[in-house]
Amino acid sequence: MTLDLAMRGQMIEVVTIPDATIRAQAIRLGIYEGAKLICSEKLPAGPVILQNRMQEIAIGRNLAKKIAIKAL
Amino acid sequence: MHCHNPVCTMEIPEGARKIVLAGNPNVGKSVFFNALTGMYVDVSNFPGTTVDISIGKYKDDVVMDTPGVYGVSSFNDEERVARDVILFADVILNVVDAVHLERDLFLTQQIIDMGIPMVIALNMMDEVKRNGLNIDIDLLSKELGVEIIPTTAIKKEGMEEMKAALARAKVGNRIPKVKTLMEKVVDQVDVDAEALLVVEEDENVLERHDLKNQYGNREEIYKLRRNRIDEVINAVVTTTNQGASFRTKLGRWMLKPITGIPILFVALYLTYQAIGVFVAQTVVGITEEVIMGQYYYDFIMGIMTRLVSETSFIGQLLIGEFGILTMAPIYLLGLLLPLVVGFYFILSIMEDSGYLPRIAALVDRLLTGLGLNGRAIIPMILGFGCVTMATITTRLLGSKRERFIATMLLGLAIPCSAQLGVIVGLIAPLGGKIVLLYASTIFVVFVLTGTALNKIMPGESTDLLIDLPPLRIPVATNVLRKTYIKSKMFIMEAGPLFVLGAVVVTMLQYSGTLESIMDTFAPVTEGFLKLPKETAQTFIMGIIRRDFGAAGLNDLVSQGLLNPLQTVIALVVITLFVPCIAAIMVIFKERSWQESALIWIGSFVISFLAGGVLAQLVL
Repeated sequence: MTLDLAMRGQMIEVVTIPDATIRAQAIRLGIYEGAKLICSEKLPAGPVILQNRMQEIAIGRNLAKKIAIKAL
Repeated sequence: MHCHNPVCTMEIPEGARKIVLAGNPNVGKSVFFNALTGMYVDVSNFPGTTVDISIGKYKDDVVMDTPGVYGVSSFNDEERVARDVILFADVILNVVDAVHLERDLFLTQQIIDMGIPMVIALNMMDEVKRNGLNIDIDLLSKELGVEIIPTTAIKKEGMEEMKAALARAKVGNRIPKVKTLMEKVVDQVDVDAEALLVVEEDENVLERHDLKNQYGNREEIYKLRRNRIDEVINAVVTTTNQGASFRTKLGRWMLKPITGIPILFVALYLTYQAIGVFVAQTVVGITEEVIMGQYYYDFIMGIMTRLVSETSFIGQLLIGEFGILTMAPIYLLGLLLPLVVGFYFILSIMEDSGYLPRIAALVDRLLTGLGLNGRAIIPMILGFGCVTMATITTRLLGSKRERFIATMLLGLAIPCSAQLGVIVGLIAPLGGKIVLLYASTIFVVFVLTGTALNKIMPGESTDLLIDLPPLRIPVATNVLRKTYIKSKMFIMEAGPLFVLGAVVVTMLQYSGTLESIMDTFAPVTEGFLKLPKETAQTFIMGIIRRDFGAAGLNDLVSQGLLNPLQTVIALVVITLFVPCIAAIMVIFKERSWQESALIWIGSFVISFLAGGVLAQLVL
């Protein structure tokens, strides 16, 4: 499934991220293929917030649709 | 030694070590910088960019600050500047946010991989316990191979230990595989550290050394580094409880629309009270009317009228209605400076508190309709300070398409603080309905233009990917320093243009051209916009600066030439009017000439069209 379908509070693992530039920027913030994160918030039709301990990243809904994940 | 890095052009005393501060955004680097360098600091523009870096001295060494970045590479201007300064460092003081090791240690390990000696200041230690975390500092130090000083910079804890540790800086534990990759290219670069950026496919560093991108494996190296860091963090960090602190909760409330929108409105209302009411009315009432309007005016007239006749051309030029010594300094220092200082003060608080990225996430959905993502809110908000500076920050947007849309919207529909201040002063006394009419007209034009551009323009916009830093109470000295630097830049930029504007308008007036322009435009001004023909003179002033035009409008209103509805129409036109000379020059520099011309002419047409349509509807 894709990240936009993750539910609030769900633990997920990132499977694939499209585009090399996005991969390079995301990995620095702790989001990479294989990373296990919590979907801590979802704004209505807006960004998905991923959390790892104190670190939070907002991901636009369109990008979230392109990121493949699996639920844990 | 041959050198390809702009840092080489900076003057460094012989024998001095270059101590460079590096860290992620908002980790408190500048507090360390101030602790090391004290009062004597030189803020200079980094060659070829709009990024300022601070340089100071600590004992016999030079200390340089860098913009906060998540890694050393070239995704944007800040990163390019940080990269060039870090590459040539003798010692790095890496400031790390102790509650965000996952994010911050990526940069740390990257600098370690460069092979530059470093010391880590593990900052925000006071927040570690509060957030239920425990960090094994000794083990972290052993894993990374460098000394780590725990600090709480805002309470001045650990600062002396940090200074002492700088002498013991050493190269940390490099990732063996990355080191092997670097060894293959190290003889082709100026300094060893650059080898890392060659194998990480940094386009600028490759270009500087005439290298082809054939050694690279950025993705593999980043993965190795990420795995290494995650491993270290899992070993050293333990979570003692899961209780979310109040700040974490507040941060979440700022994001959720149901609480985030009211919070945003409260923030905007407070900003309005501070700038629109307190500064624009109370402060400006004193600075413009009393200090500049009376004391200064009487003083300058007292001197000048003895030297020149007020009615002569020179007299008009210097002390006439639009005089270089009368109108220009009174508007600039009495009216605009207080507004600009007030705005940058509030903006610096928003920036340092970590609120801005949350606004970006909150409005992301709305901006995607205009072909932008939430990040574009940053240049938009900056635009309320100064459109010129905001235009430059559109560089942080991900695609050409977004940069064009954002620049157009900035140039068209975002009034800068100086202009906004005059507008607020004019419109506030006219009552709520009039304010609403004005604000909704500008908003409708903003949304329609953005939506239309998003439909017409080819290509696709990029998506939001933004770090939400922890909320923090801003450090007062930092906020004041930023406010001071930005306000100074405003005066330096606007000052000469005001003088130019004063000269142009006086010449037009003295030669009678102003009168004939007003007559020529009378059909448009009087017929279509339903305004007195004198309003045309404020539009001419507005070509130079929109705030200058708005200030001219102020005069017309005080002469009783415009009724409330006409005031709104004139304000709509002057708000949407062409970007000021400084802004359009920057636009021409940043965008192609075709795009820039389109923005200029487009603003011109849209402003008159919007004003005209409004006039036909309400008058």
